[in-house]
Amino acid sequence: MHVPDGFIDAPVSVTAGAIAAAGIAVSLRGARRELDDLTAPLAGLTAAFVFAAQMLNFPVAGGTSGHLLGGALAAVLVGPFTGILVVSVVLIAQALIFADGGLTALGVNITVMAIVTALVGYGVFKLLVKVLPRTRPSVTAAAFTAALVSVPASAMAFVAFYAVGGTTEVPLSTVIPAMLGVHVLIGVGEALITGLTVSSVLAVRPDLVYGARGLARPLRLTVEPQKTEEAAA
Amino acid sequence: MSMKRLLALGVLVAAVLAGIVSYYASSSPDGLERVAGDKGINAKEEEHPLGDSPLADYGVKGVEDERASVGLSGVIGVGVVLVVGTGLFWGLRSRPGSREGSQSKPKTHS
Repeated sequence: MHVPDGFIDAPVSVTAGAIAAAGIAVSLRGARRELDDLTAPLAGLTAAFVFAAQMLNFPVAGGTSGHLLGGALAAVLVGPFTGILVVSVVLIAQALIFADGGLTALGVNITVMAIVTALVGYGVFKLLVKVLPRTRPSVTAAAFTAALVSVPASAMAFVAFYAVGGTTEVPLSTVIPAMLGVHVLIGVGEALITGLTVSSVLAVRPDLVYGARGLARPLRLTVEPQKTEEAAA
Repeated sequence: MSMKRLLALGVLVAAVLAGIVSYYASSSPDGLERVAGDKGINAKEEEHPLGDSPLADYGVKGVEDERASVGLSGVIGVGVVLVVGTGLFWGLRSRPGSREGSQSKPKTHS
């Protein structure tokens, strides 16, 4: 979904740049509360993983492909603010080093692929975790669904920018169904990768998964320094 | 699983995905490219200003073998993102002691 230069006009690209900068600034503050000695390296790893996964275009219908966006995954694993930063780091590296995603379009790309996916994904995730039983499979199912929804949401965010600042005059009645249709399919791939990754980390270190904080922890026979437990909000 | 083990395993998985599996990724246009091409959203698309850079389009300039070129660019990307990301998040983390009051001894980390 990397938007190249020339799709969105200059004024709207600048506006998107301001939205992206504000989103990153807020996230830099919010991420401090999400990161500690254990989760900071995990967040770095998550960024590397999202970069790698974004190289893996999988085929969807009719000669079209898609790849992981990763915002929902990162938000569940390391927290929504950190998740926004994780995908932003990936997008900035891709635009500057790999010429993937335009430079004037960077604000659009960060807004659409980092901010929208992490926020929508985390919102859906929290909602589901609240109503589902407090178990690990619930966390995986919630992450799966969050990722599923995050991709069409991201596509619609692009359409919103296109509606106000598109350099071409394709009617929205054409753009919306086309973008929605293909990105619902890509969302299925996003959901599968996200569900698999979250369940894998849950299987080995459930204590590290941000979205699983507050789950009852299994009894452990190791001696560990006492930590103050915060009740789940 | 220890944290060190988990991180090592994670980095290995990312490196294998970007360094080896990426060669087998679909080369079809992605969802946006497809819709943009079909419907004409891309009529005014511009060349990427850094399109001639050494790693542009996930290949290493000068490496002829396609498999090696994609794989190497992927591994470099994983390395760069890992270092930049970990550096950023390590710098942002809340330090133990700042909240709980117990003074921790200064840590040395590479």
